[in-house]
Amino acid sequence: MSKQFQFKLVLLGESAVGKSSLVLRFVKDQFDDYRESTIGAAFLTQTVTLDDQTIVKFEIWDTAGQERYKAPMYYRNANCAVVVYDITQASSLDKARTWIRELQRQADPSIVIALCGNKTDLTARRQITQEEAKKYADEEGLMWFETSAKTGEGVSEVFTAIAKKLPLSAPSSRTNAARGTAAARQGVDLNRQTTTQGSNEACNC
Amino acid sequence: MDEEYDVIVLGTGLTECILSGLLSVDGKKVLHMDRNDYYGGDSASLNLTQLYRKFRPNQTPPADLGRDRDYAVDLIPKFIIASGELTKILVHTDVTRYLEFKQIAGSFVYRDGRISKVPSTELEAVKSPLMGLFEKRRAKKFFEFLQGWRDEDPVTHQGNAFVNSGINLDTDSMKAVYEKFGLEPGTQDFIGHAMALYLDDDYIDKPARPTYDRIVLYTSSMARYGKSPYIYPLYGLGELPQSFARLSAIYGGTYMLDKKIDEIITDADGKFVGVRSGTETVKAKQVIGDPSYFGAGAEVGDGGRLRVIEEKRVIRAICILKHPIPGTDGSDSVQIVIPQNQVNRRNGEYLDLQHTLIPDLELDIYIAMVSSTHNVCAKDVYVAIVSTIVETSKPELEIQPGLQLLGSIYEKFVTVSPLYMPLSTGEADNIFITRSYDATSHFETVVDDVKDVWGRVTGKDLVLKQRNPEEAEQQE
Repeated sequence: MSKQFQFKLVLLGESAVGKSSLVLRFVKDQFDDYRESTIGAAFLTQTVTLDDQTIVKFEIWDTAGQERYKAPMYYRNANCAVVVYDITQASSLDKARTWIRELQRQADPSIVIALCGNKTDLTARRQITQEEAKKYADEEGLMWFETSAKTGEGVSEVFTAIAKKLPLSAPSSRTNAARGTAAARQGVDLNRQTTTQGSNEACNC
Repeated sequence: MDEEYDVIVLGTGLTECILSGLLSVDGKKVLHMDRNDYYGGDSASLNLTQLYRKFRPNQTPPADLGRDRDYAVDLIPKFIIASGELTKILVHTDVTRYLEFKQIAGSFVYRDGRISKVPSTELEAVKSPLMGLFEKRRAKKFFEFLQGWRDEDPVTHQGNAFVNSGINLDTDSMKAVYEKFGLEPGTQDFIGHAMALYLDDDYIDKPARPTYDRIVLYTSSMARYGKSPYIYPLYGLGELPQSFARLSAIYGGTYMLDKKIDEIITDADGKFVGVRSGTETVKAKQVIGDPSYFGAGAEVGDGGRLRVIEEKRVIRAICILKHPIPGTDGSDSVQIVIPQNQVNRRNGEYLDLQHTLIPDLELDIYIAMVSSTHNVCAKDVYVAIVSTIVETSKPELEIQPGLQLLGSIYEKFVTVSPLYMPLSTGEADNIFITRSYDATSHFETVVDDVKDVWGRVTGKDLVLKQRNPEEAEQQE
């Protein structure tokens, strides 16, 4: 039987760089040209099967428009992060640098970070060169990719590469796995239906 | 900021965040603002840096307390009662996916100079020092009666052979019910204070129904997970408002933190128009907020209008310990109820510094303790909050019996907080003000406030809806 691992992945990046579109492409292979700011679906899961049949399940947290005012809960127990910038907006890479600094300060030190330049379908309007972004990623020890959520180019590669880089052998990778499934929980499960209501209550004396 | 919203919510405390989340799910366009740069307001959990900045601005946290990031110290001491209304809201809104919970390990009561476990099983009751042999039998009959009660079945109202006439929970006083079962005052004390969680004895002369409901809530919560009736979110209570803020954001709510609110703008009739922050003004049909945004603590309310009044005051002492509380079997987390009857000053043993006798007090003292098991502090550190409603001019002396149970206290941060309540319902001016977090040990009154405000804001009762089925499917 193949092994399955679950990880929490957080998305970061300036508004409108295509964070949600990237996830929508990865999870549902869809793209919406006029996608409004994220509403309603900011908690998605998708699995990646590696060559050795290991299954890596990502629990993906979108910022849900809370870019500026994220709660500490957002970073908590994140195993990996995709920091997105828009290759046609020079300022979006500066913003990405800010998020990366914040991750390095707030998140678990073992977090795997991928820097991702989105919108390669708009290459005529490119403002950020591959060399510039690659150099920065190398300096900070980050993985680096370019993608187009619109055409799908490079998208699945990002997640597969992250899956390969995550510490699948470490026993802690499971217990550190994201919240969300009852199996991953160590504590009490509130969703568990109680069978002890009413007349079946244990006597208290 | 020139967009117009349906509702502006001020303050990111739990009450406001639940409302913000529920309103967003309901399709309302919500703007949620907070003057602080963190979520949670009065119901936040602070790391060491934030804690010392708040209470010891000139002092850096001592190194031997460990890493800053390991700490999430609650400002208000409350636990979630397992079968209560907050649990229902957490489950129905599905914010449980953002949170993890653990049990609180024990529920204790102070009696005859020592701490005893509130019995939760027959076995514990048999061993409990709280009752003598015959009293245990009487108590057993009493609990069997409560457990068997059916409104529609008069046979269950008779209780047992000791009871000659039927009991009517709606007209008989709790005192009458206790007397029918012949329960001793000491037993009444732990039932009323440690299980029904009344802060004083006023309930005894009132109809028995609410007390019955409270005991059933306690015992059904106790039966749900076993160790105590309480559960607690890992990383502190501050996770609760954050998770509801995320729910709101996912449904389109806009968040602005670190934003000073300078003015609540009203029209000539006093109706809400918008809020001003610096030179920016943002408009909405309605505003909801905690009392601190509506003149709480100010000499006169905002714009010369008095909107909230101080009802009572609560003293809370956040105590950092390097050991579990003595007498609790080394429990990693506890609630201890100290009924005031157990520590009253009739013998005059509590004198203040001027050697004047502290008058008899009526309200119970609570201790709530959590530890590294709940990811709220470093290993081998325990955080206890001792609290009570203030009755005298020397509040710190009032909690002395609680502090004395803790053993040596490494560090203590004391606050005396007024509890505010709104002066109007908000229906006339579209300004809806929530209540301060009270002295009760759980969140049931917070949910009451949520439901109450929801009813006034939307004009309908709160019906909890399941979230988008597509997402549920995604979650498997």
